[in-house]
Amino acid sequence: MIKTDILIIGAGPTGLFAVFEAGLLKLKCHLIDALPQAGGQCSEIYPKKPIYDIPGFPEVLAGDLVTNLMKQIEPFQPGFTLGERADTIEKLEDGSFIVTTEKGTKHHAPIVAIAGGLGSFEPRKPPITNISDFEDKGVEYIIRDPEFYRNKNVIISGGGDSALDWSIFLTDIAKSVTLVHRRNEFRGALDSVEKVQELKNLGRIELITPAEVVGLVGNNGLEEVVIKQGAEVFNRECDHFIPLFGLSPKLGPIADWGLEIEKNAIKVDNTLDYQTNIPGIYAIGDVNTYPGKLKLILCGFHEATLMCQSAYQRIFPDKRYVMKYTTVGGVEGFDGSKKEAPKAVIKSID
Amino acid sequence: MTDIKITIIDRQGIKHEVDAPTDMNMNLMEIVRSYELAPEGTIGICGGMAMCASCQCYVLSGHELPEMSYDEDLMLSEAFNVKENSRLGCQIFIKEELDGLEIELAPEV
Repeated sequence: MIKTDILIIGAGPTGLFAVFEAGLLKLKCHLIDALPQAGGQCSEIYPKKPIYDIPGFPEVLAGDLVTNLMKQIEPFQPGFTLGERADTIEKLEDGSFIVTTEKGTKHHAPIVAIAGGLGSFEPRKPPITNISDFEDKGVEYIIRDPEFYRNKNVIISGGGDSALDWSIFLTDIAKSVTLVHRRNEFRGALDSVEKVQELKNLGRIELITPAEVVGLVGNNGLEEVVIKQGAEVFNRECDHFIPLFGLSPKLGPIADWGLEIEKNAIKVDNTLDYQTNIPGIYAIGDVNTYPGKLKLILCGFHEATLMCQSAYQRIFPDKRYVMKYTTVGGVEGFDGSKKEAPKAVIKSID
Repeated sequence: MTDIKITIIDRQGIKHEVDAPTDMNMNLMEIVRSYELAPEGTIGICGGMAMCASCQCYVLSGHELPEMSYDEDLMLSEAFNVKENSRLGCQIFIKEELDGLEIELAPEV
């Protein structure tokens, strides 16, 4: 069981900055994120896009913002459970919570701060009517263990980096690899596109373009896919069909935690501390909604700051505290590091 | 301020005629959101960077639209339910010549 003071669900910019604000109050944080890396949308969707409205940064790349946030919170030694989705929450008698991921990792904390953005990133599923019948029976949206495909006939569809990279990778493992894409052009990195071209020329990858997988056939598992290429429709035998069309955020299991949901977001009772209808659970950043809400990173930072002050009061109801400027108090890390403003030296002139 | 009229068929098939300002640098996806014609979180997920296709729409009228950028074209190549007249709403900016435009929102994926 992982124990912490504030359990943050979502390691995007808001969740990361909450670690800093909590750290100033000597509260420890642990973050859970469904993605394998920190940074949320900034890392997953637009790392190379410039952001122009982070105060004090006339221009910063989303990926650099995440790198800087990670550096800023380093002294507070946050814990991370990455690549796992927070699935269930249980409230204990003492008012604290246990949050369990889909992989069974348990986290215990008196405070839960949901900073889940638009939700956890889940694979985009192509609209093939019977696709859910074949999930885990030949259709996989994520490649967990490439060895699973050893000596199998695999059909991949998609035109981005993951479709290209996995097609390349699986040529050494699978019996056959076929890549189906709606266009002749691919969206992935140039090296990957060239590598696929080379493997195609060597006859190691079969490319079917411009085409689309439109149907799935099989009795107790996938046996064939139906491919539409222009006016022609044909079946192709295979053991696995792996559609790789990127990820899209879904609110997911959090929607069933008994929180008030409005407009696909968690309603917070007030903007004093962004607490939800369940005391001890806060919602900050893009995941929350309240009158006047703006989904901006800078607003998420503000919300994270207020949440931490309230969380401190909740954990230590009898302690008095006033907010301290970092220019005055400096930053005292849990790792023993200390940053502070240099003291002025008084020297008299003879 | 000049407004134009745009007809939007939402995902339930209901037709809405709305006023869209031409002087606010707004795009079609934002018009849909400003009139709340699709639930928040189901449209404009990437914020309008042509990176998610949640604002895909079908253009029903014969208006001449700005040419598709490389990014939009490639995003549509990976989107679902794509038709000949598919565009990403976030890439279509409201201009006077689009007065009378009629579009239909693509299904949510």
